[in-house]
Amino acid sequence: MTEAVGVATLGTGRAGVQVRLEDLRRRYAGVSALDGFSLTLEPGELIALLGPSGCGKTTALRLVAGLEDADGGQVVVDGKDVTGLPANKRDMGMVFQAYSLFPHMTARQNVAFGLRLRGVKSSERKQRAGDMLDLVGLSAQADRYAHQMSGGQQQRVALARALAIRPKVLLLDEPLSALDAKVRAQLRDEIRRVQLEVGTTTLFVTHDQEEALAIADRVGVMRAGHLEQLDAPGTVYSRPQTPFVAEFVGLSNRIPAMVSGKTAEVLGVHLPLVDETTSDGPAIAIVRPEAFTLAGTIGDTSLDAPLAGTVIATAFLGAVSRITVDLGGGLTVMAQLPTSEASAYPAGTAALLHLRTDAVLVTREAAVVPAPGPAAAAVENVGRAG
Amino acid sequence: MALDLAEATSTPADGRPAKGGRRRLPLAWLGGVPFIGYVSIFLLLPTAIVIFGAFLKGNGGGFTLDNLKSLNQDYVRSAFENSVILSAASALIGAVVGGVFAYVIATGRRDGTMRRIVTSACGVLAQFGGVTLAFAFIATIGGAGFITVFLANHGIDIYSDGVWLYKLNGLVLVYTYFQIPLMVLVFLPAVDGIRPQWREAAESLGGTTWHYWRHVAGPLLFPAFIGSALLLFANAFSAYATAAALVSQGGIIVPLQIGNSLSSEVIVGQQNYGKALAFGMIVVVAIVMALYVVLQRRTTKWLK
Repeated sequence: MTEAVGVATLGTGRAGVQVRLEDLRRRYAGVSALDGFSLTLEPGELIALLGPSGCGKTTALRLVAGLEDADGGQVVVDGKDVTGLPANKRDMGMVFQAYSLFPHMTARQNVAFGLRLRGVKSSERKQRAGDMLDLVGLSAQADRYAHQMSGGQQQRVALARALAIRPKVLLLDEPLSALDAKVRAQLRDEIRRVQLEVGTTTLFVTHDQEEALAIADRVGVMRAGHLEQLDAPGTVYSRPQTPFVAEFVGLSNRIPAMVSGKTAEVLGVHLPLVDETTSDGPAIAIVRPEAFTLAGTIGDTSLDAPLAGTVIATAFLGAVSRITVDLGGGLTVMAQLPTSEASAYPAGTAALLHLRTDAVLVTREAAVVPAPGPAAAAVENVGRAG
Repeated sequence: MALDLAEATSTPADGRPAKGGRRRLPLAWLGGVPFIGYVSIFLLLPTAIVIFGAFLKGNGGGFTLDNLKSLNQDYVRSAFENSVILSAASALIGAVVGGVFAYVIATGRRDGTMRRIVTSACGVLAQFGGVTLAFAFIATIGGAGFITVFLANHGIDIYSDGVWLYKLNGLVLVYTYFQIPLMVLVFLPAVDGIRPQWREAAESLGGTTWHYWRHVAGPLLFPAFIGSALLLFANAFSAYATAAALVSQGGIIVPLQIGNSLSSEVIVGQQNYGKALAFGMIVVVAIVMALYVVLQRRTTKWLK
C-alpha cells in the first residue's frame, strides 16, 4: 500500500527527523476513531492526511502532538518514544484551524511566545521573531494584533510562531479551512515554500483533496480510522488502490465492467487491466472525466471505438468544462475538456466519446459495488468537486 | 452584461432614486423609543433632579453649595467609608467565588443541563434581596436562627463577641449572597470567550498550565474580572432594601442615610441634603462605571 519516497534532502539543509506512528488506537465513547493506524514520515517530508470528517485524521495529529492520549500504540520521533510525554515536552510546532493567536499579543509577541517560555534572551527573541515574520512575509505587520489582521495573515503568524521554536515536527491541523478560496491557494503555496526552506518534517491534515495533492510529498487517504492508501499525489490520483480512494480523490465515473483474463470490458471497449490480479467477473470501472474525449476535439488515432451520446449539460469551471453525456438507456458519463473545446458541445449536441485506455481502474472489490445488471440502474457518476 | 443593464435601469447615474420612486423614511429608530422613554423617565430624569437639587436651596431658593458642604461631617464621611468598604469587600468575595464558579461552568458542556440550571438559578439569586433575603439570614444565622441555635447547642457561639449580623460585617456576608450569582452571570461570557486552541497552542509551544494562566488566560480574563468586580461594587454601593431590613437604626451606609433624610424631619434649609448624598453616590458610581466601560471594551475586543 505504501510507496517509498525519497524526500530527505529538502530546502536549506536543516535536516528533519523521522516520525513513526505505530499501531495507534483511540476510541471515543466506544467508537473507534483510530484503529491500528501506522504511518512513517521521513525526515523533512510533508505528508498530508486526507479524508472525510470523522475519519480520524485530526485524532492522529492530536495524538502526535500529545494533546490527546492514545489507547494503544506508539509515537516515535527521531528514534525516541514520545508517547508518554505531555505536549509541552514534545518539541512540536502546531498550527490550528483558526483563531489560535493570542489576541492580547502583537504578531511579534505571538511569534516570540515559545522562545520566551524557553528563556531565550529578549534581544535574540526579537531577532528570531523578526526573522520568522520575514519568512512568512509579515514584517510590516509585526506590531499588529490578531483583530487587526486578515485570516490569512493570522495563519501566517501562527505558522511563524510554530516554526520559531525550531520544532522537530510541524503539525498543521486544517490551517486553511477557514480562509476564502484565493487566500487559501496563496497560503497553501506559502506553507509549502516555508516548509521546504526550513526542512521540518510536517504532518498536514485536511479534508480538501486539492490542498493535499498540491502541497504534499505523499498523501495518506484515511477512512474510518485507518489508511486506505499512502502514495505520492500523482499516484493517489491516477492509481487509486481502493474504490473509496477513487471516489474521494477527484471526480470519477463508476461504470459497470466485466473482467475476463487480463482485460475488462467497459462500455463495449476491451481495456487492459491496470491491476492484473483483479479476479474475473463483474466489477466496477473507475473512469476519470478527463479520460473521456469528444470526437473531433483531438485527432488522436490511438483512440478506441467511439461511443455515441447526447450532451445534456455543460458546467463551466474556468479553464476546463465538464460535460455530461447521455449514452442512451439512462447511461450518463461525465467528461472534462478544455473550455475552448467544450464550447463546441452545447446541450443537445450529438457527440462521439472516446475512452482513453490508460486511465481506467477496474476495482477488485466487485462484490461491494452493484453488479452490472440493467445499465440504467448500474451506472452512476460519483465525485467531489476538486 | 445583464447585471449592468439591470443596474442602469434601476438607478440613475447621479445615485438619486428613480423618478416617481418613493423615498422611505428611516424608521429603525422607532424601535428604541420604548427603551429611551423608560430610561429617560426612570433614570435620566431622577438623576437630573438629584444633581440639580443638590445645588439648590431647600426652600425653593437659588443656587447653593451648602448641601455639599453639609456632607463634610464625620457621620457622613463614615457612611461613605462604610459603603465603600461594604461594596469593595462584597465585590471582592463575590468576584473571586463567582469567578471560580463561572470557570467551572464554562469548562462543562455548553448545552449541558447543569449549566442551564446553574445559570438560571444565578439569574434568580442575583436579584434576590431586600426583606426576603434579610429574613432568610435572620432565620438561619440571626441571634435565634436555627443554625445559630444548633451551633450553640454544640458549643459553638458565633456571636461570642456580639451579634455582628446587623453590622457592617453582617452586611458583607448577606450581600455576597447576591453578589456571587451576579458575578457568574457577568463574568461567564468572558470565560466562554477563552478558546481551547489558546491552551493547546501554549502547550505545543512548551508552556505549562502555569505559563498558560500567567501569560495567556490570566491577562485575557483580568480586565473582564476587574470590570465585573466593578459592576459588583456598583451593585452593592447602590443597594438599599437588604441593608434597611437588617439595620433598623442609624445610617451606617450612604443609602440608609439617604433613606433617613427622606423619611425623618429635615432641618430648615437642608431639605436637599438627601439629594447631596445621592449626588455623592452618583459621582462614585459614575467613576466606577466609566472604568467598567473601558475594561469591557478591551475584553470585548479580545474575547469576541
